[in-house]
Amino acid sequence: MNQALYILPEIVLTVGGILVMLADAMMAKPSSRKPLGWLAVLVSIAALAASLWQYQLPAGTAYFGVVQIDAFSVFFHVLIAGIVLASLLITLDAVTPTTEALGELFALFLFGAVGMMLMSSAVELLLVFVALEISSISTYIMAGFRRRSGKSPESALKYFLLGSFATAFFLYGIALVFGATDSTRIGDIAAAVSAAVAGAQVSPLLYIGLAMIVVGLGFKVSAAPFHVWTPDVYEGAPSPVVALMSTGPKVAAFAVLLRISFGAFPLLRGHWLPILWWLAVASMTIGNLGALRQRSVKRMLAYSSIAHAGYILVAFTALSREGVAAASFYAVAYAAMNVGIFAIISHVGGYDDRLTLIDDFRGLVWRSPLLGAAMGFFLISLIGIPFTGGFFGKFYVFSAAIHSGMVGLAIIGLINSGIAAFYYLRVAAAVFSRPSESSPIHAVTPAGFALLCALFLTVAATLILGIAPGGILAGARDAAATYPSATSPAPVPAAESALR
Amino acid sequence: MLNDSILTLITLVPTAGAIVVAFLPRRGRAIPVFALLVTLVTFVLSLHLPAHFDYSQHGFQFQENRSWISSPAIRYHLGIDGLSLWLVLLTTFLGPIGALVSWRAIEHRTKEFYFLFLLQQTAMIGVFVSLDVFLYYGFWELSLVPMALLIAMFGRERGRQAALKFFLYTFLPSALFLVAILWLYAQTGTFDFAQIQAYLTTHTLPAQALSWVSLAFLVAFAVKVPVFPLHGWLSDVIQEAPTAMAMVVAGKLGLYSIFRFNLGLFPAQSRAIAPLMIALAVIGILYGALVALVQNDMRRLVAYSILSHLSTCILGIFCFALAGLNGAVFQTINEGLTGSALLVLIAFLYDRFGTVDMSEFGGLATRMPMLATLWVITALALVGLPLFNGFVGEFLVLSGSYPVHPSWVLAATIGVILSAAYMLTMVQRIFYRQPSALVVNQPHLDLGLREHLTLWPMAILMLVMGVLSPYWIKGIESGVSSLADTSPHITTSAAQNGAAASPAVQP
Repeated sequence: MNQALYILPEIVLTVGGILVMLADAMMAKPSSRKPLGWLAVLVSIAALAASLWQYQLPAGTAYFGVVQIDAFSVFFHVLIAGIVLASLLITLDAVTPTTEALGELFALFLFGAVGMMLMSSAVELLLVFVALEISSISTYIMAGFRRRSGKSPESALKYFLLGSFATAFFLYGIALVFGATDSTRIGDIAAAVSAAVAGAQVSPLLYIGLAMIVVGLGFKVSAAPFHVWTPDVYEGAPSPVVALMSTGPKVAAFAVLLRISFGAFPLLRGHWLPILWWLAVASMTIGNLGALRQRSVKRMLAYSSIAHAGYILVAFTALSREGVAAASFYAVAYAAMNVGIFAIISHVGGYDDRLTLIDDFRGLVWRSPLLGAAMGFFLISLIGIPFTGGFFGKFYVFSAAIHSGMVGLAIIGLINSGIAAFYYLRVAAAVFSRPSESSPIHAVTPAGFALLCALFLTVAATLILGIAPGGILAGARDAAATYPSATSPAPVPAAESALR
Repeated sequence: MLNDSILTLITLVPTAGAIVVAFLPRRGRAIPVFALLVTLVTFVLSLHLPAHFDYSQHGFQFQENRSWISSPAIRYHLGIDGLSLWLVLLTTFLGPIGALVSWRAIEHRTKEFYFLFLLQQTAMIGVFVSLDVFLYYGFWELSLVPMALLIAMFGRERGRQAALKFFLYTFLPSALFLVAILWLYAQTGTFDFAQIQAYLTTHTLPAQALSWVSLAFLVAFAVKVPVFPLHGWLSDVIQEAPTAMAMVVAGKLGLYSIFRFNLGLFPAQSRAIAPLMIALAVIGILYGALVALVQNDMRRLVAYSILSHLSTCILGIFCFALAGLNGAVFQTINEGLTGSALLVLIAFLYDRFGTVDMSEFGGLATRMPMLATLWVITALALVGLPLFNGFVGEFLVLSGSYPVHPSWVLAATIGVILSAAYMLTMVQRIFYRQPSALVVNQPHLDLGLREHLTLWPMAILMLVMGVLSPYWIKGIESGVSSLADTSPHITTSAAQNGAAASPAVQP
């Protein structure tokens, strides 16, 4: 069965998830579910290995051309497997053996990953939609997993309502595009669009459909102005789950957005470019300004993730293969540092999020030098200090943008990264300040093996991305080479030329 | 052989040391001793540079050029010329001094302190030796982090605020600086300093864009120096930071970068903005000196004195006379040396008395004769007494710049008089009045062995640099001569002063 190899990581994850659920059902009720977590970790390692192995496959499609394996999809497969692995380790550290329905939580991690991976390799919009739903529904449930605590159900409901709204937009967009092009396949759509553009009779349905798709995906990547759910959901959901859902589904949605904008509609770039330009500016600015005012670290990071979505959108506006590569690379860097920082927040704040205010992190480095130093490191990377993944990602994104003449956008973006330094530094200053006599100090339990593994993975990734990014850059570059039509002289949008 | 990897060694030995420090046991003196050894080894390694430097040559030496990232084309390219040679040496020289002065001051969390301290050494050396703009920017930004963390973690009462202020002041301009670098990359297709330089001299780029780019560079550097209106962070940081950090926070990194990039890459734009910079420099000289005159807190006094003296370097740079440029580099080294010595002296005083408020001192000379001697030596060097290094630097700057802008230089000369006023007042107030209660009640402990070891190398160097200045100048001149103005009027007067490099020639 050659075709099955094209969805090998997804198969591994599905089988693994079912195994976890079966084992959960067969275990005695009071017994610890942590072994299931380790089983899930093994499954995700296997999925990671399977994803890496997929680099050997010849590029091509399977199952009647709905799934496509190329450097691009494999790149995101590997990334998503890594994210799931790290966030499972964080979960193992955060939960107690008797946490309610723990086995299901582990299974949901794996099922969610199936959806995210399929999103990056699907080239049939209906399959993209199904994959998006698999990933979303898993995360809706996980967001509400602490049923007994106040904010978690609220967060889950909000996420569910707005998320399904966004999915509806996406689906409607697909329908309209189908109406205009008679197809839901990326390749066929591109051909139809090119024919329509050549004949100078582009159906208005196409524009509306494309706009709807952008709106739907804008929700998923939490780009402003579709970001309103993000802070509440991140605050309410358990931190280990936020580690996953602030990175995994987002990265997958960016993969879809890249696939659609550069794979299906490269010829309409003149139309989607201004939209993404404004989305980028709005996300960066609203995200960073919003983060300035937060007292909770989780809310602050929610706004910061909006800003980071904006930085990735900047790479889109470069309209070049360099830009696609930069977006892919930034996704990796963002995932590494964000999962890493949530690992620490989840450990310090606890599964029930008792201590997630900035003040709760005061003097962390004196209480636990390891966690404090790691937190400092991730903050430094988020700020964008050189020799970290965060810096190189930003560097690469803005370099691509400036190369395509987007100097104005780059200036806006880098001023934004200056603003961002303010709020990251507030946390850093708390972490590194000396504990004072007056404020109570919460002892931190020593980091367990699972957390150490998660930290090792994320710190190593962030550092490698900053010091020796060659390998991952080459991967991102190969991924970008999937879009031969991405490189062409960039039409500078009106807003940009007005800025000059 | 060693020539091919010496710069990497000097740059990375402190980082390797830092990694070892992370694994050393916390108990006992193992960590400080080891950190001191690392800085000494770095210093000894760096002595290789002046010993094997070819002073007759103008280009970069000890180059290492390896590929790092293929696209974007970023190379691991190191090298030094006469401009950076002595700044590297200054940095490695201040390394052991910094370790020694922290010996007693930092007794808790030594692991964190020395880890960051050694990392800071790497960052600063890296700035001076990087010839790839990306690599340079990396070290430039990296140098902020250990510094800010050390100030926040080991600073005095308001350390956290000072660290934040320092970080934001220097980080924000760096964002625009990065845009400028990326724009240059987009135009030239390279991050290599020499290639960018060659490209800019052979191609014409849009003039307006270039002047914005050079301005972005200049602002980022001017904050770090600091130049007059951008100096808001300086006094807080010097007051709050641990001495080992206060010693190295100002001056050399920013001034070096102005030389290397603003003068090296954008000569025309630098000349266009020179009138403004000269005015700011003279204001800075006078403002710093006047504010220093009224300080009671010794650390703040030193902070403003540093502002004043560093503005002299800016004056020397933006007059573009060869003697002035030589003097500016020389003065940068002086300032690093004498400013550090003064901060170390203040730290030793603070170790004994727990205060740095001048009004509480008096008559200390009879109690602590050695301290007094060294203090006076440092003060005289700073004031610019002939035979000391400060004299050579100030003289070169002022005499070299005088033919270019006589009136501004005349105004700046007042700063020299003022600096004598505040330094001598300080010496008088601490050492020569009636002994104060604080001094009388203290069992008089003069300097110990460690303190002698910290201070004498600096004091001797001040004298040696004053007497044998041509040895330093010849290296500096090989680096900066290409940056000077070549119009005949200035070259003659500059050649006179520069070649002689002796105080005897008056313009």
